[in-house]
Amino acid sequence: MASFYIIPKLNYYKPRTLKEALALINSLQNFKLIAGGTDLVVDLKTGRIKVESIIDISSLNELQYIKINEKEIKIGAATILQEICENKALREEIPALTEAIESMGSWHVRNIATIGGNLCNASPAADTAPPLLILNAKLKLESIQGKRIVPIEKFFHGPRQTELKKNEILTEIVIPKPPKNTGMNFLKLGRRNAFTLSVVGVATLVSVKNRVFKDVRIALNAIAPTPIRAYKTESALKKQKVDLKIIEEKVKIVTEEIKPISDVRASAKYRKEMAIVLTRDSIIQSLRRIGLILEEKA
Amino acid sequence: MKIKFTLNGEKVEVDTSPNTTLLDMLRRQLGIKSVKRGCERGECGACTVLMDGKPVYSCLILAPKVDGREIITIEYLSKNGELHEIQKAFIEAGAVQCGFCTSAFILTAYSLLNQNPKPSRKEIVKALEGILCRCTGYVKIIDAIDRVIEQKYKVKQ
Repeated sequence: MASFYIIPKLNYYKPRTLKEALALINSLQNFKLIAGGTDLVVDLKTGRIKVESIIDISSLNELQYIKINEKEIKIGAATILQEICENKALREEIPALTEAIESMGSWHVRNIATIGGNLCNASPAADTAPPLLILNAKLKLESIQGKRIVPIEKFFHGPRQTELKKNEILTEIVIPKPPKNTGMNFLKLGRRNAFTLSVVGVATLVSVKNRVFKDVRIALNAIAPTPIRAYKTESALKKQKVDLKIIEEKVKIVTEEIKPISDVRASAKYRKEMAIVLTRDSIIQSLRRIGLILEEKA
Repeated sequence: MKIKFTLNGEKVEVDTSPNTTLLDMLRRQLGIKSVKRGCERGECGACTVLMDGKPVYSCLILAPKVDGREIITIEYLSKNGELHEIQKAFIEAGAVQCGFCTSAFILTAYSLLNQNPKPSRKEIVKALEGILCRCTGYVKIIDAIDRVIEQKYKVKQ
């Protein structure tokens, strides 16, 4: 049986070191970097992306690691999603990222897809983005000229558009360790369980002192051209009493900050409604992580 | 371009191209038809193989990526004409109907049980969620894997 899809001819490069890869992308035109390829191979098949060359960085060991020190967590950009998922220390330190990755694709996809690939593909529905946004993650971008560090908030420019210059590679995700006694969570609403693209995804982080919100961070995906932080809603909740009624009132502000579209997965109106519900639920779950259980009164 | 890898325990060398998927290389160049061509875009799971022991979709992998790695297809599981215990359990539990997805499920179960010999039913479901079956309704597939675990631990006791 013939293939339904035919991938056009490609030049294939497999650099052995990051240095080699950086030199290569500096000289080549019309290329794409490939790590897991779970998005790119489909795009090559459908013709959504047409390139002359692909540069395979999936076997660069230099880009595959999880390092945790006292202050921060560093994840190499080509680290496989399933490895992040199965890392016990990460689940302990930053459970929102683990939860987001668990919701992505399927085991088969997570076994080859990478965290850097998810970010660089820059889908508005990228699920690793909301947890990294609430964690104030920074991204290390490297070229033959040197390195620069960009806050993740500045990384996404639009659907499939990023801060990356043509000769740069995302090499590392740096996550400052959240302070002790912070609760965080990621919730996603999709159309089904496996392989689902987010209709709405929400990550929240909270810290509380004397039953008052000291810090609240909220990030969402699939509701704007890029994943976003919901600063207005965050400030509306800060310094407020930890109370279900107040939370329910304030999370409504989130609709002022998002610009969802209607597509095959959901209407804009539904996304707005669900953004409110998921933000509330995610905050409740994050509070639960620091031992604050809010009773829902029917 | 030439690539070398281990296929079902044997070293192979294949002259292939970067725009060939692992699925096409296995089916067309190596004649392994147990790896099924389904959706060709990483949604149905019928093309599952094990790469370095982990289940992956061969339709999403470009052939050169396999260079130096180890690929396992269903042919690897039976030894000396005898079916693997997971294959037997699939027959006993009635987990096979049209058979198109069966290799994918068995390979995924094989990898899961290697990594986690006593998964819970929930863990089994989570591991299998990336493969579609339009015949069985999944219950008997999960039952078959449960049966392998039960039989193993009963024998041991």
